[in-house]
Amino acid sequence: MSKDREFYLRRLHSLVGIIPVGLFLAQHLVVNHFATKGAESFNTAVHFMESLPFVLFLEWFVIYIPLMFHAFYGLYIAFTAKNNPQRYGTFRNWMFVLQRITGIILVVFIAWHIFETRFQKAIGAQEVNFNMMADILASPLMFAFYVIGVVSATFHLANGIWSFLVSWGITQSPTSQRISTYVTIGIFLALTVVGVRALLAFV
Amino acid sequence: MDATATKTVVLEILRQDSTDSTPYWEKFELNYRPNMNVISALMEIRRNPVNVDGKQTTPVNWDMNCLEEVCGACSMVINGRPRQSCTALIDQLEQPVRLEPMKTFPVVRDLIVDRTRMFDSLKQVKAWVPIDGTYDLGEGPRMPERKRQWAYELSKCMTCGVCLEACPNVNSGSDFMGPAPLSQVRLMNAHPTGAMNKDERLNAIMGEGGLANCGNSQNCVVACPKGIPLTTSIAALNRDTTVQMFKNFFGSDHMVD
Repeated sequence: MSKDREFYLRRLHSLVGIIPVGLFLAQHLVVNHFATKGAESFNTAVHFMESLPFVLFLEWFVIYIPLMFHAFYGLYIAFTAKNNPQRYGTFRNWMFVLQRITGIILVVFIAWHIFETRFQKAIGAQEVNFNMMADILASPLMFAFYVIGVVSATFHLANGIWSFLVSWGITQSPTSQRISTYVTIGIFLALTVVGVRALLAFV
Repeated sequence: MDATATKTVVLEILRQDSTDSTPYWEKFELNYRPNMNVISALMEIRRNPVNVDGKQTTPVNWDMNCLEEVCGACSMVINGRPRQSCTALIDQLEQPVRLEPMKTFPVVRDLIVDRTRMFDSLKQVKAWVPIDGTYDLGEGPRMPERKRQWAYELSKCMTCGVCLEACPNVNSGSDFMGPAPLSQVRLMNAHPTGAMNKDERLNAIMGEGGLANCGNSQNCVVACPKGIPLTTSIAALNRDTTVQMFKNFFGSDHMVD
């Protein structure tokens, strides 16, 4: 990898984290939330998503390719850092560390999640529906894993929005960065409620 | 020690005999004097290089110059935090006082490190205002006084290396130049004459080991002994390079204005 491309790769990494990956996460959690209205409602929503035209194209270009780039380049970034929260225990330094930890959790979680759901459908082993998720989440261990996965995802996105705003030079002054901290904490809480409520609906 | 049981100062120093030898801790106990700083404690060891076990040892090596926190030479890690040893007062430090070199840089000997990489970075980003020519270019544009006062804060950087030591993304596995040279780009680009080459500096920090390596841990701004708004500089440069990126891609007649 040419080091001269690093700037563009880092900017691309920052951008695809929000568009489309972040947008997709928000949409995914919202669709999941149909589960709180019952199995019927969730299955209708899933069926609607599955019957979108050009669904394979959408999946590859809106989800898999950007997500894989974000995940693998992100792993490289995460493992280049030498974390030092014991030396500087500031809020921002902890956010820096947590962004890297949740990123690594998410690579594992999302790989497992896709294997368990979308991949099973692709090989024709199972249908993606309410019962499938209810079966998976019936195990307390899996439920805990999913809660960790969902909270990691909402944290990583919310904090990612904060650093996106800095990385593109939108928030510059300490005041603007503090305000965006509050806004992104709000985004984190809102998405976490949506995501965890959906999980609870399956048990 | 005399019978009156004088107050003492205990120092633990991470020593290293040469560039590639294994570091080891050595402990010293000195008589307390009022108003000591880490440097005067080190001078005391130099005067009488005997460690806490009463064994004769080599004097501890360290770097220093101005003794008033404007040169940055005496920077080291004191009780876990990188800072200047001249302004590290013994009275304000928890004992034992632990001294380590800033290991982000190659260690030369004991507490002396080689900060060459910082000066190389300043060259890489062209942290100067080019005014030399074959004839007298005359006076440059005037800088507004209030802007000068603002820029003065950025000019306080003494290339001490504390921000690099504090940054999680500056390490042996990364070639990130760190916050100090980046902030100098903002300073030079803010200068009315310096701005005539601002695209060159922006392109330099868009290259190898440049701006994009920042991960926003914001330790640098906490660590900087001169209180330079390093993270604001980085965010401002992020905006400038965003614009520069589009100018480079599409072409522009406004590279320097």
